[in-house]
Amino acid sequence: MGGPEVDRLISLLAKLPGLGPRSARRAALRMLLAPEARMLPLAVALAEAARSVRPCGVCGNLDSRDPCSICADPERDASIVCVVEGVGDLWALERAHVHRGTYHVLGGTLSALAGTRPEDLNVAPLLARVGQGEVAEVILALGATVDGASTAHWLADRLRPLGVAISRVGQGVPVGGALDVLDDGTLAAALRGRRPA
Amino acid sequence: MVVFGPNGSGKTNLLEAVSLLVPGRGLRGARMAELSRFGGTDWAVAARFSANGEALDIGTGTAPEGGSDRRVFRLDGAAPRSQAEIGARVAAVWLTPQMDRLFQEGASGRRRFLDRLVFALEPTHARIVAAHDVAVAGRNRLLSEGQADPAWLAGLEDSIARHAVAATAARVGLVTRLNAASMEGATGGFPPARVGLVCPIADRLASAPALQVEDWLREALAAVRPTDAGTTSLGAHRADMTLEDAENALPAALASTGQQKALLIGVVLAHALLIARARGFAPLLLLDEPAVHLDAGRRAALFRALENIPAQVLLTGTDAETFLPLCDVAEGLEAGGGMLRLDARFMPPGPMSDAPEGLY
Ligand SMILES: [Zn+2]
Repeated sequence: MGGPEVDRLISLLAKLPGLGPRSARRAALRMLLAPEARMLPLAVALAEAARSVRPCGVCGNLDSRDPCSICADPERDASIVCVVEGVGDLWALERAHVHRGTYHVLGGTLSALAGTRPEDLNVAPLLARVGQGEVAEVILALGATVDGASTAHWLADRLRPLGVAISRVGQGVPVGGALDVLDDGTLAAALRGRRPA
Repeated sequence: MVVFGPNGSGKTNLLEAVSLLVPGRGLRGARMAELSRFGGTDWAVAARFSANGEALDIGTGTAPEGGSDRRVFRLDGAAPRSQAEIGARVAAVWLTPQMDRLFQEGASGRRRFLDRLVFALEPTHARIVAAHDVAVAGRNRLLSEGQADPAWLAGLEDSIARHAVAATAARVGLVTRLNAASMEGATGGFPPARVGLVCPIADRLASAPALQVEDWLREALAAVRPTDAGTTSLGAHRADMTLEDAENALPAALASTGQQKALLIGVVLAHALLIARARGFAPLLLLDEPAVHLDAGRRAALFRALENIPAQVLLTGTDAETFLPLCDVAEGLEAGGGMLRLDARFMPPGPMSDAPEGLY
């Protein structure tokens, strides 16, 4: 259509979530019509983010600083840790301003059918943090899927010997529901309605 | 509405298309890839429903962008937030000739039939059963692999227990209300049937609170792990449905094909009235070849019952004459050559007939 450069751009864009081939063509065209204004700043932003953003060594959030801006924020209550499946869930909770504590990103949920085992999850840093005694409550916010619920059950079992309060988010999250697709009001209600696990 | 025509004229395809307007795999239980026409990959169905003076447009088909294995819905032209939104507005129940063997084959077919009845009453039931079955499949996988993490297994068993009790409670609720409706004459003179549930979880729910039954099931599942190698011997997936003639207690499993068919028709007639009362709208009734195997007396009783039922009914058969007793209350359509032709012996098209683009 516009030479190999354009084809490559479109095929890379089309691999992004939410963009099919048609949307990728539209996005590419929009950029190519004004490369100075829309394309070069994007290229710089992409390169900078790729170079500087890493998982936080404490919680697993993606940030250009380590510890991340949330872990480093003295205003956050580090004694309440909210465990989420992925960074997308963390972002959803942050957007909704419903959690004043810190986070831990598991990087997945246990899944017998998909073959995700306990050793595939990012658990050790959480157990270490709780083991140091500065965490009073762990909130398990893992979504109402079968995998989310059984992972929460399993994780509660690992945390219980450490003597920390454990609660589960669930109220208002529909069966099979993931956190990052919920609206802010539902998320807030889910977090407020947490119950001891 | 009656659709008639020779075998292979597409009558059943039409019913299947309508059955796909509600969430689920439709009347044949087909997979996505099996739904398109021979040689094609894309398909779509659209229809306009009219209830309580309000029109409702529902469409479904392959996603415009994303390949033929993804199915999407449209509600009044827009994408619904979830399929549950569709389930909250419409329901459908069907009988097909394949179900003539429902009581000769395994329990899974009877469970699916029962669950579709429950789903029409409580749209969340489908998700609960699906979650239950995912948890069972996960537990089976861990047990068959051996050396599973006990806390992980306990987590899956917790999911099985919670969903099994919820699904069973919904089944018990449907069966109770359905039998009560049948006894009150909901079948409109058609011989009523009595539905039963064979399920240890249901038995316990009759005498203990749900949370206590969940605890029992969790403990029982943990106890049978050593003998459950790759299987799960307790749960909602082990339930079975029985059916008997409400008048003479003849069980369906011992009845003739015609008697069984009559029992199933008795169930769906009572169900239509139950749903209409409970949810404020009647389900679509799709009856594929309902007259086959019915004796003249039951056929007449069925047609009388259909005249009074609140639900919209689509019936199929091979010849128009069978359905002429319905000519004052039903439209007659002859199927053939990929088209539908109005039969003038039946009722002229009603106000609905200009609307549903997907039906004509
Ligand atoms: Zn952090």
